[in-house]
Amino acid sequence: MTVMEQRGAYRPTPPPAWQPRMDPAPLLPDAEPYRVLGTEAAAKADPELLRRLYAELVKGRRYNAQATALTKQGRLAVYPSTTGQEACEVAAALVLKEQDWLFPSYRDTLAVVARGVDPVEALTLLRGDWHTGYDPYEHRVAPLCTPLATQLPHAVGLAHAARLKGDDVVALAMVGDGGTSEGDFHEALNFAAVWQAPVVFLVQNNGFAISVPLAKQTAAPSLAHKAVGYGMPGRLVDGNDAAAVHEVLSDAVRHAREGGGPTLVEAITYRVDAHTNADDATRYRGDAEVETWRAHDPIQLLERELTTRGLLDEAGVEAARQDAETMAAALRERMNQDPALDPMDLFTHVYAEPTPQLREQQAQLRAELEAEADAEPEGGTHR
Amino acid sequence: MTTVAVKPATMAQALTRALRDAMAADPAVHVMGEDVGTLGGVFRVTDGLAKEFGEDRCTDTPLAEAGILGTAVGMAMYGLRPVVEMQFDAFAYPAFEQLISHVSRMRNRTRGAMPLPITIRIPYGGGIGGVEHHSDSSEAYYMATPGLHVVTPATVADAYGLLRASIASDDPVVFLEPKRLYWSKDSWNPEEPTPVEPIGRAVVRRSGRSATLITYGPSVPVCMEAAEAARAEGWDLEVVDLRSLVPFDDATVCASVRRTGRAVVVHESGSFGGPGGEIAARVTERCFHHLEAPVLRVAGFDVPYPPPMLERHHLPGVDRILDAVGRLQWEAES
Repeated sequence: MTVMEQRGAYRPTPPPAWQPRMDPAPLLPDAEPYRVLGTEAAAKADPELLRRLYAELVKGRRYNAQATALTKQGRLAVYPSTTGQEACEVAAALVLKEQDWLFPSYRDTLAVVARGVDPVEALTLLRGDWHTGYDPYEHRVAPLCTPLATQLPHAVGLAHAARLKGDDVVALAMVGDGGTSEGDFHEALNFAAVWQAPVVFLVQNNGFAISVPLAKQTAAPSLAHKAVGYGMPGRLVDGNDAAAVHEVLSDAVRHAREGGGPTLVEAITYRVDAHTNADDATRYRGDAEVETWRAHDPIQLLERELTTRGLLDEAGVEAARQDAETMAAALRERMNQDPALDPMDLFTHVYAEPTPQLREQQAQLRAELEAEADAEPEGGTHR
Repeated sequence: MTTVAVKPATMAQALTRALRDAMAADPAVHVMGEDVGTLGGVFRVTDGLAKEFGEDRCTDTPLAEAGILGTAVGMAMYGLRPVVEMQFDAFAYPAFEQLISHVSRMRNRTRGAMPLPITIRIPYGGGIGGVEHHSDSSEAYYMATPGLHVVTPATVADAYGLLRASIASDDPVVFLEPKRLYWSKDSWNPEEPTPVEPIGRAVVRRSGRSATLITYGPSVPVCMEAAEAARAEGWDLEVVDLRSLVPFDDATVCASVRRTGRAVVVHESGSFGGPGGEIAARVTERCFHHLEAPVLRVAGFDVPYPPPMLERHHLPGVDRILDAVGRLQWEAES
């Protein structure tokens, strides 16, 4: 028998049957970002909700402007603005129930405030008198998170723990387009899907990771498509359409609450301002591009819908503007006061009890402060 | 040892017992990691826990250390007390960012509102013939991170006691398990296991008058052996087992060095930038006028951990320790 004949006679054992673990089709995002405003779907939107969103968006825009102004006055060390992204910021906060949790990134101060956190406490990190200025348990808002995407596994773990305890809690975690390149994004989505944790991931694709455009960030068809690889649904939404973002996030939160597991939502939006006040956006993008997005402004889109349908008149616009001004004036006044600082706080919360080594350093600083105080002239401050 | 041995137990068994007792005592304690469930861990430390407490309490996670520790952070935020297993020392590195940027500083960042009572168990050190990436001594990285406790047992009784105390701690603890001592047996009474509290107390394992060997974890038995061998040279060595690198027990260490006047720090970790430098500096700062000689270090070489067939040349052994003791300027004494 020749070798070829032998080969012909050989019948390998077939491998164990393989089949896909689920039909991927229902997980795929739509071809176009979901829109409500200016479409037939708008008629079904709750007028009260639209008016609420409008008021919050106007206030949010003013908050961004006021915070940016405070950086110029030296009252804030830095401010990453969400001008142009207010629809995402506001909707993320409004779709949650009281017992739910929000996991913001460093850019999401506005969502934190919309969730109910005191506006000054929300800015503590950026003012620089402490890191997190609010008690996370008061409004169930995790600390503003600077290391990209690292807050996402926290959201998964918290939601998982709540589910293990039988509590009705959903976690909504926010991240930017740049953050989706981080390993923690991948690990968080994978854990969430494996554990079927009640989590919603909101990616605000605002076009840039500081200066790097999305094309250099990913080769995926869309960021929402990444969901399919983890076995969760991906949704694509117009991030400047507040009604659409609210609806898509509400659906995802409900899905999670009902035990359906996590969802990845990609909101297409645009960072109209520079990365922060310290950034020069003209180095990486042209005015024409910014103008295109200004024409697709979240507040204008909603205002047009409301006025066209007779749900908002000039007085209503003016009332929203006035509310925002009142908020800004109060914020300005409070931020113009110097925060109380206690240098001894450096040691207070490193451990439940300071180590002997920290106690020694605590004593050193106390002695330095006393020496400083003694050196100051009577009644005056020495700087 | 004051307890009466009912039967000899291994360090691995004591650790298992500590986990089991902690889980039985507090429903908030959750064990999680790679292969910790059905398999019982690659070192079998979590053996039987999934069966006894269910897979929700002892969970096989996806294979991703940052994800394991990152989700443990979220679980701790919600009031659970996660005990995370990193399969090997060098496999813990992907979790570094979570450890340094979140675990170690969440309490501080939130002014005490959000403590993270997480225990991170890491089998560490060499001497088991492990191939590349299975034998690192990574304690210096953890020691350099404020907000973490760093604990390592050297005896069976301490393995139980320190792990119970670590899990009970409201601060995050990096619990380093000397993997070559997993199968070491010891006269330990499992009927009366006791926590070692508070974390941060060193212990004198052997009293002596000539010099102090300051050591911890896998190097403790080596130092005990060296101390026995030193008798032939006429040296009566004291051995201090640190048990906890953070907090550091300056008091016990310095009391010993003041008695003996000489000290050698012994560890597997490299010497440059390693724990020994910090310990030698602390001893010198506090005991200068009691010292008869500079504090010496006996450590692993400053090389990437060697392949198993060469590791015996790297690890501090009895001879290298005795050589160092011999260099403690004895001639100046007469």
